[in-house]
Amino acid sequence: MAAVNILSTKGLTKVYGGITANSNIDFALPKGKIMALIGPNGAGKSTFVGMLCGRIPATSGEVFFEGKNINALPAHKRISLGIAYTFQITSVFGGLSLHENVALAARRRLGRNTDAVNAKVSAVLARVGLTDRADQIAGDLSYGHQRLLEIAMGLAQDPRLFILDEPTQGLADAEITEFIDLIKTLSGDTTILLIEHNMDVVMKTAAYITVLNSGEILAAGTPDEIRTNAAVQAAYLGVAHA
Amino acid sequence: MTDAQRSNLLHLGTIAVLAAAFFVLPIYHVGNLSRIMVLAVYAMGYNFLLGYTGLLSLGHALFFAAGMYGLGLSMELFDLSTAPALLMGLVTALTVSAVIGFLALRTSGVSFMIVTLMFAQAGYLTILYFGTYTRGDEGFVIQQSARVLFGIDLTSDSGRYFSALVLFSICFLAVAYLVQSPFGRTLIAIRENEERARMLGYNTAAHKLKAVIISGTISGLSGAGYALLFGYAGATFATVQYSIFPLLWVLLGGAGTTIGPLIGVLFMFYLIDLSSSITSAYMLIAGLVLVLLTLFAPQGLAGEIRKRVFKWLP
Repeated sequence: MAAVNILSTKGLTKVYGGITANSNIDFALPKGKIMALIGPNGAGKSTFVGMLCGRIPATSGEVFFEGKNINALPAHKRISLGIAYTFQITSVFGGLSLHENVALAARRRLGRNTDAVNAKVSAVLARVGLTDRADQIAGDLSYGHQRLLEIAMGLAQDPRLFILDEPTQGLADAEITEFIDLIKTLSGDTTILLIEHNMDVVMKTAAYITVLNSGEILAAGTPDEIRTNAAVQAAYLGVAHA
Repeated sequence: MTDAQRSNLLHLGTIAVLAAAFFVLPIYHVGNLSRIMVLAVYAMGYNFLLGYTGLLSLGHALFFAAGMYGLGLSMELFDLSTAPALLMGLVTALTVSAVIGFLALRTSGVSFMIVTLMFAQAGYLTILYFGTYTRGDEGFVIQQSARVLFGIDLTSDSGRYFSALVLFSICFLAVAYLVQSPFGRTLIAIRENEERARMLGYNTAAHKLKAVIISGTISGLSGAGYALLFGYAGATFATVQYSIFPLLWVLLGGAGTTIGPLIGVLFMFYLIDLSSSITSAYMLIAGLVLVLLTLFAPQGLAGEIRKRVFKWLP
């Protein structure tokens, strides 16, 4: 893997009352790349990223962001370091307009500079194709559009690390194609950690793939390495080890 | 006209109408309006927390009473003159709301309601316990001679009306400014979806504490103003009834609108005033109207207006 990692974990573990959701995970995320995190349902993917951004407190283990240990930081402080997170279950401000949703995301960094905030909002909404709907109430949008709004709220933060929890769930095929293009234009400046079930999206975007299974890292490598990995095939397809 | 200009026009227009009302209305209504404006300040303080931050407190009487006794006792026991006593009322309310906010915000939802209710009851009992100084339920009168601020006699009709108007205007414009500022927008975001706001990098705990302090201080300012303008401080104002009033006013007027609290107090005051002139069972009429309003205008009067006509209403 690349020499510079934006984020890494050491022995990260989460135990929910006797059930180990994540066990002793050592993970490294190379800077400026797209990494996909895949694994069957219940593999512990959401728990893992929850511990990265501070939503879920880790039972043990450490998280490093840009070389610094961020274990002690609460979620909002980790986000301020430049981590953006989109929710698996759509979580927008349903009672507010799209413009205000995105403005809230931009404002934390841009503060009182209204012009800068407005410019950012317009740019981001244009990027996800929701410009026409800027004045609509977010709760009135279709599910797919709410997913796009989630992504827009992430983009508006100009994150250094963008964690997307199943972003294409509920999107139409055309929207997925646009999403793939969008994600590709982001990498370089932004490191992306993508939790994704859609293998087409994973194979088209990810430079690296990490496979979680039963709370442990099963395999990590390039898409080609993962595709040919016997253990991964076994986990996904139920084939016995060769 | 932009939304910001419209909202400025609404706020300044409201103040202008209230100022003009003094010269137009008969003296009876002028007296009522002075009281309504001071109580509207209380409602605005409450609305800041309920309407804009989404926190429902059942203990705001404690903050109202903190302001009232902060002013009243420093005049009564320490012979402070009006201006420093008013400052004492403000500082007392600020301190009490900071402490209560810090403790109560460890809970949320129904627990927050119960904890604030309990603190307010404790506050009420404290006032009774120190009856030697506070004169408990009986309360005490603030001497007419002491009720002078910057040379203005607060016991005269005009002195009282316009000082109530100044107090109202300051709080009204301050709240209007705050809720449209980035800070206020963040509070609204917390009201809408706290977890999302946190995951956008906002320190929601700190924001909520600030909101309780601002809300409690405005409520306390109203309590201090009430004692000063109407010359009386008593433990009744610390009872649970006075925690419920602002909730009713705000829900009726429209939670989360800047004009709602004034409308709510005005409506409720005259509803009781008019119905009691018709029958001694006036609470029956008042209750019926309240039920109808809740059924047909669940977002309150200003809330319905915003929904149906003026979507820009701040």
